[in-house]
Amino acid sequence: MFHREAGVFKTSYAADMALYPLPIAKWTVAAFAGLFIAVVPLAFGEYALSLINLCLIAVVGALGLNILLGYTGQISIGQGAFMSVGAYTAANLIVHLGMPFWITIPAGGLMAALIGLLVGIPSLRIKGIYLAIATLAAQLIIEWTINHVTWISGGVQASIEIPRPSLFGHPITSEAGIYLFLMFFVVLAIVGTLNLVRSRIGRAFIAIRDQDIAAEIIGINIFRYKLYAFAISSFYAGIAGVLESYYLGIANYEQFQLDVSIDYLAMVIIGGLGSILGSIFGAIFVTLLPIVTRWVLDGVGGLFFTEANLDNSVPHLRLVIFGSLIIFFLVVEPDGLARLWRNIRSYFRAWPFSY
Amino acid sequence: MTRILKTALALTVGAATGLGLAGSAAAQQKKIVIGVTCDRTGPTQIVGTVLCPAEHDYFDFANANHLLDGYTIDHPEIETGYKVPPAVEAYQRQKQEGAIMMPIYGTPQTHALNERLEADKIVGTTPGFGIAASADGKKYPYLFPIAASYFSQGAAAVKFAKDQLGGSLKGKKIAYIYFDNPAGTEPIPVIKDLAAQEGFELRTFAVPPPGIDLSAQMLDITQRFHPDFVISHLFGSSPAQSIKAFKANGYPLSKVVGLVWASSEADIKAAGGWGVAQGYNTMQFAGAGDDYPVRQSIKAMYKKEGKSLPAGMDTTVYYNRGLFNAAIEVQALSNALKLTNGKPPTGTDVKQGMEQIHGFTLGGLVPPLQITAADHEGGGWVRIFQVKGNGFVPATGWFNAYRDVVWQQVKAAEQTQ
Repeated sequence: MFHREAGVFKTSYAADMALYPLPIAKWTVAAFAGLFIAVVPLAFGEYALSLINLCLIAVVGALGLNILLGYTGQISIGQGAFMSVGAYTAANLIVHLGMPFWITIPAGGLMAALIGLLVGIPSLRIKGIYLAIATLAAQLIIEWTINHVTWISGGVQASIEIPRPSLFGHPITSEAGIYLFLMFFVVLAIVGTLNLVRSRIGRAFIAIRDQDIAAEIIGINIFRYKLYAFAISSFYAGIAGVLESYYLGIANYEQFQLDVSIDYLAMVIIGGLGSILGSIFGAIFVTLLPIVTRWVLDGVGGLFFTEANLDNSVPHLRLVIFGSLIIFFLVVEPDGLARLWRNIRSYFRAWPFSY
Repeated sequence: MTRILKTALALTVGAATGLGLAGSAAAQQKKIVIGVTCDRTGPTQIVGTVLCPAEHDYFDFANANHLLDGYTIDHPEIETGYKVPPAVEAYQRQKQEGAIMMPIYGTPQTHALNERLEADKIVGTTPGFGIAASADGKKYPYLFPIAASYFSQGAAAVKFAKDQLGGSLKGKKIAYIYFDNPAGTEPIPVIKDLAAQEGFELRTFAVPPPGIDLSAQMLDITQRFHPDFVISHLFGSSPAQSIKAFKANGYPLSKVVGLVWASSEADIKAAGGWGVAQGYNTMQFAGAGDDYPVRQSIKAMYKKEGKSLPAGMDTTVYYNRGLFNAAIEVQALSNALKLTNGKPPTGTDVKQGMEQIHGFTLGGLVPPLQITAADHEGGGWVRIFQVKGNGFVPATGWFNAYRDVVWQQVKAAEQTQ
């Protein structure tokens, strides 16, 4: 945020690596926590909260993919499939064993991490676009398996309906309740990622991303850390999958197909590779952009089209605008929205005395 | 820097205008809101781009002819691109607009909205897809499949084969070729049960998505299995490929019946036109073709307004399904208004209105549905139309079949949900 850094001197590495870069940052974080936990659920209506909830789920998934793609430099287009692993694991635990969310959510994440480990094995030998194809294969294989193994996919049409999560015996049904439920996991995911990337493991990830041979020479076991990255990333994806199923009330194979993986890839790239704030921005951007363009087109489109034409053109126009805006933002700032935010911040840092 | 701020400002202002305009339209008296969700982009756009305009056309037609005494229908549409999260967003938005009824599109979307519909008491219609078990209105009170489910379609296809093969299936061979996804596999338990009951030999042939190449399955069917009849449950581009392949292998198309998503004009055209597909049987849950009074009235309505006809009207199969869905909904609203004596109906009234739809046929476009509180499928009616000349000709009347076997599967499906 817009803090003055004058007079703050860091004299140790520990101080430089601290979660709060400045003493005042603690208060900013507290203020944000108050805003998101107390004010937002009261101030917004049900519709606005449902939009926020969709963003929150995407944030968890995007953070996971950013650990793999942004921090470790391993590309994956299997994010949707890892989410489905988490979703179906949790759905089966809920429906057959009646387990509560505080078991099903970690269980879904762990199962996804296990599958992610398997998918990550080829990453030692193959890189870049070849790895992308290997993860694409994983996406298709997982989807096929879920569709054809009936003890996984359970119900009719490979979909399992699951009840709302309940806390102390009360199901969380209101949008505001679900918002707080999701927010809890989003905060865990953000704090977890923040701490991960400043730990030994996180530094190893970054070393592998920047130059894997150099990383190996300074003693990082590349294979092990690449597998860690796949496992942790899939763990996040699995949790995002479980959260999405809880929110939608269903685990269905069609909500985790290839286009979802591509959407997550877009979130991470637009938001900014290797940036936690970027994952949050990217998730919000990709989730809300289609909706906001529709509001604008519904409002302004009446000037250009008749009503029947409006219904017919808006969806297509929206795709065009969505694509163009992505290109626009990437051209303006190839390092993503996070970098854009940093530029804004550094502009105001010396304001109004910038030279 | 300033450029960025300006962009952000422009976006905010635009969004605010959009919201303001949308908000003011809903706040008027004597209106009933039907919240249309639709997919004009995405994998099933070939259906959506025809079906959704048809729904709007029927609502306009209903408004112009005052079908709802003293009320007009407001029918805002939100496009979802066949994705689940946008469908949930669209639902919340339509709910905010005051919708008491919603045509839904897509099976996963139906699953995701089911619980919300029940909680908010909004009636959802899902003709031709959705949850097969939702035929049971006791378990799914606010979900109305109204058209024949895949279970009912499978049963009806077996009945049609039986009639075509001289009234008995004992010792006959039937091939079931299907798109290898959950929707494609759904009718299999019904057909298997019937194979045991009727004594025919059943073999299933899976076509993996995207279903462009099915030459191996076709050779298996036509050269090795030699079935007496083929039931084809394919989607997308594969029905057209199957028609071509049957033709190429010399198998008579009059011994093939395609279930409801393998049976539109688009499929016939993609297979090479009416000439190629002569004899092919298509299953319909709404009448195909142009020969219905309601279509003539809508054409007249367009003519009166001096507008050209909508492009999708030629694809009569999908267009008529849109009319079917909208007409049932308007009829339910009309029943609901009778119940409330003209007071604004609630979702519960609309549900009751829906459950009183008996013998509403719209000049033959709609089957003789008997929707009750227990049976939201209305009996699972279908009709077979055969390709003859340059169009679809009815080969049977409206019929349904093996209801006991179908309901057994509905109950079994409920257990696994």
